[in-house]
Amino acid sequence: MYQYDQYDQSIVDARVEEFRDQVKRRLSGAITEDQFKPLRLMNGLYLQLHAYMLRVAVPYGTLSSRQMHLLAHIARKYDRGYGHFTTRQNIQYNWIKLEDAPDILAELAKVEMHAIQTSGNCIRNISSDQYAGAAADEVTDPRPWAELMRQWSTFHPEFSYLPRKFKIAVIASPEDRAAMRLHDIGIELLEKDGKLGAKVFVGGGMGRTPMIAPEIKDFVGAEDLLSYLEACLRVYNRYGRRDNIYKARIKILVHEIGADEYRRQVEEEFAHVKTLGIDPPVAELERISAFFAAPAYEAGAPDEIDLSDPDFRIWVQAQTVAHKQPGYTIVNISLKPIGGIPGDASADQIDLMADLAEKYSFDELRVTHAQNIVLPNVKKADLYAIWQALDAAGLATPNLDLISDIIACPGLDYCSLANARSIPVAQKIAERFADLDRQRDLGELKLKISGCINACGHHHAGHIGILGVDRKGTENYQLLLGGSGAEDVSLGKITGPGFDEDGVVDAIEKVTDTYKALREDGERFVDTYRRVGIEPFKEAIYG
Amino acid sequence: MSNPVSLHDRTLHEEPAVTLDAFLDQSNATAVRIEPDEDVRALFPFLDRLALIEVSFPAFRDGRGYSAARILREAGYKGELRAQGDVLVDQIPLMRRCGFDSFAPEHPVDPEVLKATLERYDQFYQGAADAAVPVWKRRHESALA
Repeated sequence: MYQYDQYDQSIVDARVEEFRDQVKRRLSGAITEDQFKPLRLMNGLYLQLHAYMLRVAVPYGTLSSRQMHLLAHIARKYDRGYGHFTTRQNIQYNWIKLEDAPDILAELAKVEMHAIQTSGNCIRNISSDQYAGAAADEVTDPRPWAELMRQWSTFHPEFSYLPRKFKIAVIASPEDRAAMRLHDIGIELLEKDGKLGAKVFVGGGMGRTPMIAPEIKDFVGAEDLLSYLEACLRVYNRYGRRDNIYKARIKILVHEIGADEYRRQVEEEFAHVKTLGIDPPVAELERISAFFAAPAYEAGAPDEIDLSDPDFRIWVQAQTVAHKQPGYTIVNISLKPIGGIPGDASADQIDLMADLAEKYSFDELRVTHAQNIVLPNVKKADLYAIWQALDAAGLATPNLDLISDIIACPGLDYCSLANARSIPVAQKIAERFADLDRQRDLGELKLKISGCINACGHHHAGHIGILGVDRKGTENYQLLLGGSGAEDVSLGKITGPGFDEDGVVDAIEKVTDTYKALREDGERFVDTYRRVGIEPFKEAIYG
Repeated sequence: MSNPVSLHDRTLHEEPAVTLDAFLDQSNATAVRIEPDEDVRALFPFLDRLALIEVSFPAFRDGRGYSAARILREAGYKGELRAQGDVLVDQIPLMRRCGFDSFAPEHPVDPEVLKATLERYDQFYQGAADAAVPVWKRRHESALA
């Protein structure tokens, strides 16, 4: 994975000192909370319901064992012994003291980590495919491109006070595992005439006005990518709406002026920006790519393993994914135990995953946007030992992409924006469907819960989505069906009037019963939904 | 309002800036003021005779002025470029990178904090409107020479 040189390190170190100084000025009263807010937000520090929350960047979801161990250390020393992995492939800590934040950043900087631009109206952490570099279906490894964009976007002088936050995702496989078209900019790397480049989608997003990003450019070569992005951002920075925070995302601009007009403006700007010499030579992408060279796989590693232990077999079937190297596999570690908090891991669990990565996965881990952890480079022959270690630590739940593999935002338990709690609803649903045979029978079913209309829990993109709202002072949950964040991207539709907490769990059960009654051979829930439409489900819920 | 802070070695331009509309209306003024919603490209025909362009920041969150500054510098404007209004000391390094060389913050800026802020970073990832050499260029200096 990428390693800092003296330039990267000097920038991150300077950032620690800058933030230390900003905190000092805040604590001394030299600056007001209102003036401090944009500064701390640019560094991932939010003021939540009970305490400060610090969001640490995990660039494109990739971590080394050493970095993962440090995340455990922070959880122990500065938080309450756990951390929360997020849908942006980051980790956040919910119980941070303001005066500790500079020291935490200093500790992070020692392992080449930071919290730069994990919030604020700037370009956020670039997200990517959690299987990058290992996936059997990828055209190229998207991480070098993500790193190139990470550096370009870090402290970008022109784009640090955008109308609103700005999220970029990059993938390089036909299967979209990063919800690419639900980002402000989604990039799909592909090959054209023997050359790699980017197909660029602009103006996707969730929030209160969900939109699927239209294609704006069919191909941009590596030598033009940063100029092109600069042009995309400049048009947005100048013309994105600033009169209404709810209409300030780029999706609204693209929607209001239309994709064709936005494209025209970007092309015009690009023709100018391209003359400025801001694109690094392709040698820079090559320099970065060298850090992501394939690890030293063992040739001839066996593909056949002993699956006679039935629990192990179920876990292998559920949690492993095809690897490009024979004899190897990709392991998904579920952070969704039945009754747990989706995405949470204790410091001990984080340490254990780091140890397993060091021993069995060439020292590397990934965070997924579905709030799980991945060991990307595992020899199949090592799977049994890994499973036993995970099982002993409560990390072997075999529920990848099943109904209990729920994405949920922190909700009203932590978040000052939330209207309703998300975590207890996730727990109740997981408990209702705890029986593994039942979950496996329902098959792939992506369930996503947001505690308010900002949609951090991706409810629009859930096969089943839940949106918590406040109705006359009580928590109310709306149900959505038919969304997807994958390559078959779609937005869910609201079924009708909302429910209370138990009511929404009952409604989901009616939905899954209806699916079972209507499904044809091999159909996933979302396939059946698309074939029969929403009516039979509404009938079952409200009828 | 405190006196403008200068990062250039000319004397600060003292003629009051006129509005863009007034300027385009035939004015002989050498100083003009740009509001966030105005298109700075309207000034392109006049860049040679302008001594001061003042870019207004009515609220520190409104970042349109950063693009305005870069566009002016990219078009070859060499005169004084001033950020005026709700300008926070921590924003000044970014503004300088976008081409601003004088600052008229509404709230007084502590000169020592400003000095430390401006000196803090010595490496920059991306090219902008200042003279800083981006990190990628340093990395490939010999190959690009």
